[in-house]
Amino acid sequence: MDFTININNKKLAASKGETILEVMNRNGIKVPTLCHIKDAFPTGACRMCVVEDEKTGKLITSCSFPAEPDMHIQTHSARVVESRKTIIELLLSNHPDDCLYCVRNKNCELQDLSEELHVTERRIRGVKNKANLDLSSASIVRDPEKCILCGRCVYTCEEVMGVACIDFINRGNKSVIGTAFHQGLNTSSCINCGQCIMVCPTGALTEKNHFAQIQEALNNPKKRVVVQYAPSITVSMAEELGMKPGVDINGILNAALRKVGFDHIFDSSFSADLTIMEESAELIHRIQNGGTLPMITSCCPGWVKYAEEFVPEFIPNLSSCKSPQQMMGAIIKSYFADQENLKPSDIYSVAIMPCTAKKFEAQREEMTREGISDVDAVLTTRELAKFLKLFGVDMFNIKPELVDSPLGFRSTAGKLFGASGGVMEAAIRTAYHSITGKEMVDFQVSAVRGFDGRKETKLDIDGLELGVAVVNGMANAIKLLDELKGGRRDIHFIEIMACPGGCIGGGGQHIGTSEEQLKARMAALYRIDETERIKVSHKNPEIIDLYKNFLEKPLGHKSHELLHTTYHAREVVK
Amino acid sequence: MNVVQNIISKYPDCGRDSLIPILQDIQVTEGYLSKKSIVEVGKHLDIPVSKIFGVATFYNQFRFEPYGKYHVQVCRGTACHVLGSSTVLQELEKHLKVKAGQTTRDGVFSVEVVACIGACGLAPVICVNGEFHAKVTSQTIKEILDHYKNLGE
Repeated sequence: MDFTININNKKLAASKGETILEVMNRNGIKVPTLCHIKDAFPTGACRMCVVEDEKTGKLITSCSFPAEPDMHIQTHSARVVESRKTIIELLLSNHPDDCLYCVRNKNCELQDLSEELHVTERRIRGVKNKANLDLSSASIVRDPEKCILCGRCVYTCEEVMGVACIDFINRGNKSVIGTAFHQGLNTSSCINCGQCIMVCPTGALTEKNHFAQIQEALNNPKKRVVVQYAPSITVSMAEELGMKPGVDINGILNAALRKVGFDHIFDSSFSADLTIMEESAELIHRIQNGGTLPMITSCCPGWVKYAEEFVPEFIPNLSSCKSPQQMMGAIIKSYFADQENLKPSDIYSVAIMPCTAKKFEAQREEMTREGISDVDAVLTTRELAKFLKLFGVDMFNIKPELVDSPLGFRSTAGKLFGASGGVMEAAIRTAYHSITGKEMVDFQVSAVRGFDGRKETKLDIDGLELGVAVVNGMANAIKLLDELKGGRRDIHFIEIMACPGGCIGGGGQHIGTSEEQLKARMAALYRIDETERIKVSHKNPEIIDLYKNFLEKPLGHKSHELLHTTYHAREVVK
Repeated sequence: MNVVQNIISKYPDCGRDSLIPILQDIQVTEGYLSKKSIVEVGKHLDIPVSKIFGVATFYNQFRFEPYGKYHVQVCRGTACHVLGSSTVLQELEKHLKVKAGQTTRDGVFSVEVVACIGACGLAPVICVNGEFHAKVTSQTIKEILDHYKNLGE
């Protein structure tokens, strides 16, 4: 610490370059913020965080103002509280009054702040915002009327995801956040990751909802309604339900989904195992036959769309494997349908995903066969919590149940898909076995675990040197891709997840997820991997059966037809 | 080489700071910024198109539609304002079914709001392709427009 500053008549230590807000946060003084994002360059746009500088008598934004020696700051003087309240009142003056109908009701920062600052009457009446809903995207709905121009989505889209499909348009009181030429999100370079939804303080950005279709299917006696849930769901739903972060609710989730009326419950971790069987075989095939390297995972639909839009030169590097969601979808409407004597059109297939891009992926043309989608509807983690409430499921008083079989049993390798590095770790375990015929002594590949934006390591499998890299957060991936473009040749296999932390930090997860909660989710996945017995995909008995009874062998004829896909360059406004 | 490429080639090794001069040059040459030229500038400068659109819409000087055959400038200066130029603008927008800054679909008329033409004695005043029309009212607006429409045919 370099010097002291005086906040609320108390001396507090501060370092050079620190903002007043950082000093306050470190010392447990809370001031409200709206536009502030941790570690981002401060904009001071919303002015919610104003504090009073007693020496100059000015109100300054604590998020952007550096602490200086001998400052005297008041954080809750009458003047400060009054200005903050006025800011909220002004924000409310042109904001739609439909909180009761808003998807973010009771989970809205604007609502919370107006309550905190005791806004109890309508003092300022303004002209309400008028703008059209943007329903063009398969994943994300934009409602510019509810936008308060904090700019957090703009920052996230550009700096965290490297996409920049939205920006501030126009000027002054005509400012809006929008796409280039005011076009629909569907023709912009949006990759549907949903990270903008995660940072939006209001209901201006939400996911496209599929409730009505699912309810209709559930009420249709002719439809067999099946559901699958992604590996990360069971460890990331707790917060949404008001439970402790990182609790694994697998058993009660199965029971709850049965209560809702789903006829069969499958675990996408099973199809994650299936992905590993195909993907590791593909990797070995590419290495042994001079195929395009490095091979890059294709589980993340956000990344796949990014590749198609921005770096089509890497499409040959993408693994041809479908994602676990789509592999499960394809197996359900082929193998499972045969077993149950059903036509594919008799099945309504729902997927619960931590991800908004999965909604886009499910309706990709490549993911339909003979005009029938392999996955019919996708719910995010948030939506699932609401869906369960709609059906009156009490998650606190429910007995855990087992998932359905077949297509439900998983290894812990498949479960690891939920965290950044998980696909890599699972693939290494199975590839090691395929190459050496032996199992790894220690299954844990620590080098690819954790929250670092990029993790790299070199593996020696029976004399075969394998360079692997794991990146999460598109901006980190872009840096690695640039290195590859620059001629880097020492990496053979890359896992890319668009969202920071992987699927546990996905755009469909609980809004307001903290770093601690993310860590708890990751720890929960590693705990499952440590405690359970079957740690490799190729030892999953149901996977072995599926190959024996139906698929024959990885990369076989049936696999190619059902589990592999193609990608194409996309023309978008970018 | 098309017009935009030609302009861009005058800015070798340029960075983001050349964005506005390039946009200005394009507007001078083409009369407006087309989607195509914005996308092309984005590729050249490696700036996302949304960013360029954001910058361009920030400044009043940039247009995103070509001028019409008849370009109507509506003075919204103080004297004109006092004598009812806001109604004039409204009427104009109503008749032409466009907003200020836009061009009619048939490409005949475009409307632009200007701050002060310097003809305060004639307020409220509009200027069509350099011809001034004085003391415009919501009644005369239609006649003026019809006059140019007939000229066009």
